[in-house]
Amino acid sequence: MSGRGGNAWRWLREHAVSIVGVLVVLYMLIPIAVIFAFSFNDPAGRYNFTWVGFTFSHWSNAFGIPELNEALVTSLKLAVLATVISTVIGTLMALALVRYEFFGRRAANFLIVIPMATPEVVMGSALLSFFLLIGTFSLGFETLLIAHVMFCISFVVVVVRSRLIGFDRYLEEAAQDLGAGAFETFRLVTLPLIMPGIFGAAMLAFALSIDDFVISNFNSGTTVTFPLYIFGAAQRGIPVEVNVIAMILFFFTVTAMGFATWQQRRAEKMTEVRPEQEGTIAVPAGAPAAT
Amino acid sequence: MRRRVAPYFLLGPGAAWLLLFFVVPLYYLGELSLNSGVFGSYEFSWHWANYSDALRLYDSQFVRSFLYAGLATLFALLLAYPLAYTIAFKAGRWRNLLLFAVVAPFFTTYLIRTLAWETILSDQSPVVSVLDALGLAPEGHVLATAGAVIAGLTYNFLPFMVLPIYASLERLDVRLIEAGKDLYASATQTFFRVTLPLSAPGVVAGTLLTFIPASGDYVNAQFLGSANNQMIGNVIQSLYLKQSDYPAAAALSFVLMALILILVLVYIRFAGSEALMGEEAAG
Repeated sequence: MSGRGGNAWRWLREHAVSIVGVLVVLYMLIPIAVIFAFSFNDPAGRYNFTWVGFTFSHWSNAFGIPELNEALVTSLKLAVLATVISTVIGTLMALALVRYEFFGRRAANFLIVIPMATPEVVMGSALLSFFLLIGTFSLGFETLLIAHVMFCISFVVVVVRSRLIGFDRYLEEAAQDLGAGAFETFRLVTLPLIMPGIFGAAMLAFALSIDDFVISNFNSGTTVTFPLYIFGAAQRGIPVEVNVIAMILFFFTVTAMGFATWQQRRAEKMTEVRPEQEGTIAVPAGAPAAT
Repeated sequence: MRRRVAPYFLLGPGAAWLLLFFVVPLYYLGELSLNSGVFGSYEFSWHWANYSDALRLYDSQFVRSFLYAGLATLFALLLAYPLAYTIAFKAGRWRNLLLFAVVAPFFTTYLIRTLAWETILSDQSPVVSVLDALGLAPEGHVLATAGAVIAGLTYNFLPFMVLPIYASLERLDVRLIEAGKDLYASATQTFFRVTLPLSAPGVVAGTLLTFIPASGDYVNAQFLGSANNQMIGNVIQSLYLKQSDYPAAAALSFVLMALILILVLVYIRFAGSEALMGEEAAG
């Protein structure tokens, strides 16, 4: 009897960290479960805070609120444009920072880090002050796009840079030895190999853009994005359809992420083709960054 | 010659965008903060009184912001470390699934996550009855208290704490931990003298990534707090977007940024600068 109790105690002690870890994971997932559950709620009044009854009606009516649809379309358009622009110019920046030693490199690094270390409310209010004082931009989709690209760039650079740092430069040299020009080498060797990094960066930019509330709150004028619609609706009661659309976006992103992981594995397999890779890759992989 | 110009071409568009829409706006924020007058006829006049007025009127919101953000960062660290440790060393084939669970909250909109906590912490919720039974919910409610705001901040920024700590633990050479054990250090000693110091860059990055956004946040205080829990972000938002008192709002925004910058610089000086660059340090 005491032996059994002792074993249980020992097991608990040995796994204490993992138990806490799993509990924290559950804590992180609780709100998602609540959002999902309450997308089936049938609230009596306008407020979707207490459980009343189960219904599918909000799922079948997911796109039945015109203002919500409009906000969602605006958000998607904004996110796609901000993702494309920030991914392209962010990838170019990452290439410059990893591949070249040049005057102003430290300043450029600082310029990239500092927006990530600035609270959103400061970025939002600074941009609004700028737009108000220079007066050439009218607040709306245009100013939102400017803002979203601005805060996405840094994250794109960081993600793509980490991919470039582990890049095997010998593959590019091999291509050039085989007669490929600089552009061909980039298109046929470099780009496919860093594509998973670029894809990951693009996904991050998309997620940041579609989720942004604070900076958009300051610079939207009368344009309404999905988060801004939720904020506006919060005072008068949020329709259950918001939960439905949130879950649709959730499942959509999860699928995209699954696809990205699959791409990453494929790219890793591509580099594994080289038989002598084992011993040689470890040393030069980090070297280009230093030289 | 070509190699000398190439990096500037690559850097150009992004650097221009950041200069024009991040650095230049900060200049205009500063200019606006020194305006005087009433709405509709603000004029630049080196009106430094905006700063003293802002600090005098809203000192309690400043203190509250840093207090809430500090506590949220501390709680996030206490929750994140065991989780990051589990993922790095104990998870085995569950590792990717757990990592996915950590980023999963990002796939639902920030505002909806916060509103979900409003549901979870509302007076009728079973969570609150349990907390009440444990004596943790005075007068039977949690919503509209400081605790709810801090809990919301902790939850919302937790992934920013977990991921850098996980990254630094994952890179850690496990042989060093084994060496500690071989030299007869207890598990606790090994942890505090080997594992924790080696994961310090992750902890530094994580605390910064949690503290900075948390101290400027106004969403949690808006949805989970009451009028007594307003943070400086709420004041800035309301002065800008509801009362159109731009100079005062700009001054507050500027002070917030300056204070955070000072805190961050002191902290980095104290904890090592490599940490902020994350991956760069490894390469």
